[in-house]
Amino acid sequence: MSGVRVLVGTKKGAFLLESDGLRNKWSVSGPHFAGWEIYHMKGSPVDPNRIYVSQSSGWFGQVIQRSNDGGKSWETMSNEFAYEGETGMHQWYDGTLRPWKFTRVWHLEPSLTDPDVVYAGVEDAAMFKTTDGAKSWQELAGLRNHGTGPSWQPGAGGLGLHTIVLDPSDPQKIVIAISAAGAFRSEDGGVSWKAINRGLRSEFIPDPNAEVGHCVHNISRHPSRPHVLFMQKHWDVMRSDDYGDNWREVSGNLVTDFGFPISVHSHEPETVYVVPIKSDSEHFVPEGKLRVYRSRSGGDDWEPLTNGLPQENCYVNVLRDAMAVDALDGCGIYFGTTGGQVYASPDGGNTWSAIVHDLPAVLSVEVQTLK
Amino acid sequence: MIRVELPYHLRLLARVDDEVRLEFDGPQTIRAALTELELRYPALNGTIWDKASGKRRPFIRFFVCSQDWSHDRLDTELPELVRAAAEPLLIVGAVAGG
Repeated sequence: MSGVRVLVGTKKGAFLLESDGLRNKWSVSGPHFAGWEIYHMKGSPVDPNRIYVSQSSGWFGQVIQRSNDGGKSWETMSNEFAYEGETGMHQWYDGTLRPWKFTRVWHLEPSLTDPDVVYAGVEDAAMFKTTDGAKSWQELAGLRNHGTGPSWQPGAGGLGLHTIVLDPSDPQKIVIAISAAGAFRSEDGGVSWKAINRGLRSEFIPDPNAEVGHCVHNISRHPSRPHVLFMQKHWDVMRSDDYGDNWREVSGNLVTDFGFPISVHSHEPETVYVVPIKSDSEHFVPEGKLRVYRSRSGGDDWEPLTNGLPQENCYVNVLRDAMAVDALDGCGIYFGTTGGQVYASPDGGNTWSAIVHDLPAVLSVEVQTLK
Repeated sequence: MIRVELPYHLRLLARVDDEVRLEFDGPQTIRAALTELELRYPALNGTIWDKASGKRRPFIRFFVCSQDWSHDRLDTELPELVRAAAEPLLIVGAVAGG
């Protein structure tokens, strides 16, 4: 029988939650790497036993872990993320220039075809790639050396490259997002990059229509339509039908259009999920109600999903990498909160229940569909 | 032989329960001890030193015989008490909540 494995990164370690295809009984393993921040962990689509983990600490820096047996054991891999050549400068919060400095890996995106190939998005913003299963990392320096680099400015959480979207039909095409620079696309496997922010509007920058400077929070797409991208921005939910060349707002009737994650249903390319929070000043869900919003029309028209979610006195947030979907029938949706709950819906969002209630603050959630 | 006491999280990472004991040739300094430590425990690579800058991570300090050796004494020969393993080299993480 098929099953799922949910990979949960928290502020104090990693947890693996497993269930069969019914998704109503769960086993919990962890904490792995107890006490460390797990910004992200993700399994290889072609070898689910191969899992990569970004483990970090303000004291001890970055560690990369790898499992070859589905998380039963781990080995420490290379944590050397050396910028290539001249590091250059980027904007600091106050408009002064700061040199690029590696802080941590925000996101690990394993290749869709090769378990030894992984892309890493790091802070300060850059893209790295391994082709040997994380024994070594090489920067794809064309991104950092994109002509706009000196004008990139960090978001509140840092100048992080947090989103990497791969294309199942063309491995040369990659879309990434950086807070607060914006979205970029490569059509040559990451060698060169183009800013794809036309149509984004950000009131907090001097030129709200600038080529870069937009605080993109997350981008998602359905694998059957790689050219259709959905974006949760600092404010605004956006959609592009031409691979990011042009964006239009699809926030529609959302309770607020501020939020972090965005996900697409695994079988319905026009069904999209977001978790609105109150504002950039108050990072918790509005009105004390935890509501996932679903659009079945690719945006504009949204419905709140509340069955099984707390509808009073709830003041959690859901971070950008903390929502994922499985590929089973009746698409499963999963998200983790800063309050330490991981909620699951086995029916596309109609009903929800908490798999776990009391983990440390959740930083990331990924799900593996196991055959 | 030099005894090294690691902070909890680095013991976890290195998969050691207690202090580690290092034997190596050449100058018996903190820098040499850290080099040997990373050779013996590759999982600790870069966790005490920032490899890019070559600097000690700011929340880490080195203590030797109740003295702070974090600054400018990395290439100073360790005292006889440490070289003879009577006293450990302490690698200490800053105390902080959270």
